[in-house]
Amino acid sequence: MGHVFAFHGGIHPPENKRQSTRKPIRQAPLPQHLVLPLAQHLGAPAEPLVKPGDRVLKGQLIASAAGRVSAALHAPTSGVISSIGPYPVPHASGMEGTCIMLEADGEERWIEHQGLADFRRMPKSELIDFIRNSGIAGMGGAGFPTDVKLHLGEDHIVNTLIINAAECEPYITADDMLMRERAEDIVAGIEVIAHLLEPSHILIGTEDNKPQAVRALEKALKGCKLNIDIRVVPTKYPSGGEKQLIKLLTDVEVPSGRIPADVGIVCQNVGTAYAIARAVRHGEPLISRIVTLTGDALGQPQNFETLIGTPYQLLLEASRVSDRKLYRLVVGGPMMGFAVDNDQIPVIKTTNCLIASTYDEMPPAPPAQECIRCGLCEQVCPAELLPQQLYWFAKGRELDKAKHHNLFDCIECGACSYVCSSYIPLVQYYRNAKAEIRTEEAEQRKAEHARQRFEARQARLEAEKAEKEARRKARAEEAARNQAKKKDQSEAVAAAPSGGVGDLKALKTAAAVARTKLKKAQKAVDSARESGSGDLAALESELQQAQQKADAAQQALDAAERGDAQAAGQPDLKQLKTAAAVARTKLKQAEKALKNAEDKGQDGVEALRATVQQLTAKAEAAQQAYETAEKGESAGGADTAKVAELKADMDAARGKVEKAQKALDDAIASGSPAAEKMKAGVEKLQGKYEDARKAWEAAAGTAQPGASPAKLAELKADMHAAGAKVEKAQKALDDAIASGSPAAEKMKAGVAKLQGKYNEAHKAWLDAGGEAQAPTQTEKPDLKALKQQVSIMRTKLKKAEKALEEGEGSEAEVQELRQRHDAAKAELDGAEQARIAEAAAAGVDLKQLQIDAALARAAVTKAERALGKAGDDDREALRQALQEANLKAEELNQTLSRFE
Amino acid sequence: MALIRSSSPHLHNAGSTPKIMRLLLIAALPGIAAMTFFFGWGTLIQIGWAMLLALGFEAAVMKLRRRPVAFYLRDSSALVTALLLGLALPPFSPWWLTLVGVFVAIVIAKHLYGGLGNNPFNPAMVAYALLLVSFPVDMTRWTAPFVLHADDGWQVLGLIDTFKVIFGALDHSAIDAFTSATPLDELRHRGGLTTEEAFRESRVLADGVGAWHAVAAAYFMGGVFLLYRKVFTWHTPLAMLGSLAAISTLFYLFAPDNFADPFFHLTMGATMLGAFFIATDPVTAATSNRGKLYYGAGIGVLVYVIRTWGSYPDAVAFAVLLMNLAAPFIDQYTQPRTYGHAKPKRGLKEDA
Repeated sequence: MGHVFAFHGGIHPPENKRQSTRKPIRQAPLPQHLVLPLAQHLGAPAEPLVKPGDRVLKGQLIASAAGRVSAALHAPTSGVISSIGPYPVPHASGMEGTCIMLEADGEERWIEHQGLADFRRMPKSELIDFIRNSGIAGMGGAGFPTDVKLHLGEDHIVNTLIINAAECEPYITADDMLMRERAEDIVAGIEVIAHLLEPSHILIGTEDNKPQAVRALEKALKGCKLNIDIRVVPTKYPSGGEKQLIKLLTDVEVPSGRIPADVGIVCQNVGTAYAIARAVRHGEPLISRIVTLTGDALGQPQNFETLIGTPYQLLLEASRVSDRKLYRLVVGGPMMGFAVDNDQIPVIKTTNCLIASTYDEMPPAPPAQECIRCGLCEQVCPAELLPQQLYWFAKGRELDKAKHHNLFDCIECGACSYVCSSYIPLVQYYRNAKAEIRTEEAEQRKAEHARQRFEARQARLEAEKAEKEARRKARAEEAARNQAKKKDQSEAVAAAPSGGVGDLKALKTAAAVARTKLKKAQKAVDSARESGSGDLAALESELQQAQQKADAAQQALDAAERGDAQAAGQPDLKQLKTAAAVARTKLKQAEKALKNAEDKGQDGVEALRATVQQLTAKAEAAQQAYETAEKGESAGGADTAKVAELKADMDAARGKVEKAQKALDDAIASGSPAAEKMKAGVEKLQGKYEDARKAWEAAAGTAQPGASPAKLAELKADMHAAGAKVEKAQKALDDAIASGSPAAEKMKAGVAKLQGKYNEAHKAWLDAGGEAQAPTQTEKPDLKALKQQVSIMRTKLKKAEKALEEGEGSEAEVQELRQRHDAAKAELDGAEQARIAEAAAAGVDLKQLQIDAALARAAVTKAERALGKAGDDDREALRQALQEANLKAEELNQTLSRFE
Repeated sequence: MALIRSSSPHLHNAGSTPKIMRLLLIAALPGIAAMTFFFGWGTLIQIGWAMLLALGFEAAVMKLRRRPVAFYLRDSSALVTALLLGLALPPFSPWWLTLVGVFVAIVIAKHLYGGLGNNPFNPAMVAYALLLVSFPVDMTRWTAPFVLHADDGWQVLGLIDTFKVIFGALDHSAIDAFTSATPLDELRHRGGLTTEEAFRESRVLADGVGAWHAVAAAYFMGGVFLLYRKVFTWHTPLAMLGSLAAISTLFYLFAPDNFADPFFHLTMGATMLGAFFIATDPVTAATSNRGKLYYGAGIGVLVYVIRTWGSYPDAVAFAVLLMNLAAPFIDQYTQPRTYGHAKPKRGLKEDA
């Protein structure tokens, strides 16, 4: 005998085993009716193979195992199946289950059966199948189908086979008596199990209150070649619990949530070993078992060899029960068994004991009192839980905490309830909490399942929708492409004859269409930018395309018109005027947009600003062209008109270049793959621009000799525009440097370029005969800069002051800012004073000038309106008036701009 | 035949909560006897008076809560509370002091928190602490052990006189001869004397200290009896006495002039009463075995700290109450390792 270890806790209830061991095992009387539940084991209920009226022989298979974890059922005696239906089955709830009712014929006629000649010769799987077909399920109490455990040798390394003969529950003596009387069969059964599992070591664990059984086993083991040890453990409940016995015999703990086979151990009940021996040796399926009949209400407590299906009543009567004394009928042991209120319930494969107790023997539990956390339960818990805490959580329905306190490691042995000094039915609380948690988890699983299903459905619908959308889009694109192709063709057709007499109308339509498209594209880009969504780069490139098309169309139109004009020998004045008006409107719109954008602080302000500048230039150019054309009506100003036109072309080209450059920058910034292509495009555009510029320069060069004041003004405007650009760029650069933007380097280069341009423009203007007012000119933009600076300083100062108020900034900072602000203000004031003085020196009242300019502009507008309304007769006169007004306005404007 | 259906287990141990309470009462008998022997009838009268009040309050509250009065009175828990309070109060304390104490213990500290099993603080100690804070004069006027003022055998204030004193018929000044400070008080208020000098100079410390030793021994006996009867486990008392002994030894070794020796700490004041009868109150203590070790050790350390540097004569009440406060927390972090688990769980949540 080897060393025996210990497990935590345990109790020593009165054993009460003596009563039923005084007599040997007796054959129970043959019942008239046998009740055979289909679910006598753990797992799926067996499936009946018979129907009412069938005659069956003893040992005949009447229900087969259904599924892997299930057990077959055999007729315990010969007779007739009377019915199959729901009858009360042994269960704590007193529920009914499907049973096969068998009317015994009393003949006990066996079906033909025979044992296996040599089970060692058989393939193991066949041997296991044989045991499965014998309907053997764990006889210890749980009723786990034995064949499943015998398969464990296939996927687990089984070192130790433990035969559980502890029988730790009080009262029960079925295993004890079995060992005393039939030890040899038990050893034979162990040999079969050992053959299947091939353990290196076999331990028979039994309590020290069964010395006779131990002696019988020792005797039977003589001559046995297996490595079998009998380990006698101290009597303590629940040493017969599987996990507790494993701990006792091997000091190994079965990890929580695992099975013993995971640590190389398989446990089989001693009764199961006996049943296996009966099946293998004699071919007898499991149709009977030993049942202990005990309790103070019985006159003759004893052990019966009982047929499965025998109603309790018959056994109780055979043990001379006193109905008067009987108070509680417990199936199984007093600790883990359940009380039934019906004595017609049958013995099944797991029924090891019936306790017919009197009132005094098992009085009802006194009313439960409050838990005082005395901790006795903790001391006896074999699973080392904190039953008092679990009770607290179960009662308070704090199921999470109960789970966290390892509620599911509770084996429901009842030791805690047994010792509870407040008579709290602890096990009941735990069962309830477990059931609630299981229900909750099942519901959660269900909900989770439902959620997954819902989401899958949603995803499917979404996918379908997306697919539909994609199809629709593809169709739309196809259609658009087709239409575009058609249009391009028609445009080409339209463009071709424009070289001739000029299908001006068609060209105009084409240009209008192109413009509309451009607008649309622009809108799309804007909205995309605003919503910050998606494919901005793609949209922008689309926009560019549209722009190019529009420009091309416009150019074609212009060219055609020019052809017209040239054919006419003079510029079309009206056309020019319209162009000028359009340009002004556009400019106004752009300015408005810019202001809007600036107010809202949107991005894209730079782009808008560039546009505005461009438009300003265009508007001015158009105006110039118009004026020169008008003037040239007498002086043959075709040249200047042409120059203006060329200039417009050039400007357009430059705008394109700029836009393209911007798009390219964006693309590079966003890392778009189209950048390479775009670069090429930009270069191309740049080349075009250069061409246009050259053409213009050439034209301007020829026109220069006769440079009119208008031309001069134009140059000046150019120069101014360039100056403003330089300024703006410089400011942007400063900002960028201040904010440490990485684009500063690039911007610097840009500013230098712009400065160069400005210088060029300035030179051109001087060349053209502009007054050498360079010093004042350079002085003037300073005023604006100064204003800006002052306003910036003011803002900064305000911010700093606010910060100071909120206790963040420092006093010194504010002071410094204030000083700076004051300095800037002083400078500005000085500059303004100087300007007014200058104006005064030039003999002009600045204010008056401003008013005059405004009046002149109003007169121009009025005249234009009148011209639009007037009939042909008055046209000439009106035109004259308009021209005058225009000139005056322009002049005033320019004078004013000189001072501003 | 009327069979009943019931849930397992179908057997019960004979042990019960009332039985535990009665065992506690029995175990306190040696202590009561020693107190009576050395300090006169006052202790017995206090206990009797407190028990009467406790039963009265308990019954009244149960009536108010609409619970079966007799059933709950039988659990004897109120008697145990009264017993502890009666033992803790000075033997000559006036009747109203006990009345206030029992009211606080039974009505406020116990039933307002949900009754037996639900009170987070030890009721007797809540009452004691409240009385100590509210009526310091009455609570520190301890009775002198008879050994101090009698050369001729056992001489204590008579039973009738004691009744008169307690119930106000006799002025306290009349019994000044029978009162004195406790050794703990004496030691605290020893002025500039070293410990050794104090033990020589003070009569209580020099001659009377034996009375307290005897009382402590009596409580110790009762405690061992309870341990033997498995009313509680050894964890709490041992941890408490052990930690108190350890910390007092430590300080005594370094500065024996300034600090009392460990034996003094273990036998004076309510140390033994606290270790076996108060700290072991399962309702308010930590619940796992390991938790009880922490809980007991905490009490021991706190007792020493409060006694040595605090301003109260005895510290058991405060130490126990403070550790009561910590018990739920200790419980969370001292779960035992469950069978089949690699390590014990901690905290309340899975991820904690």
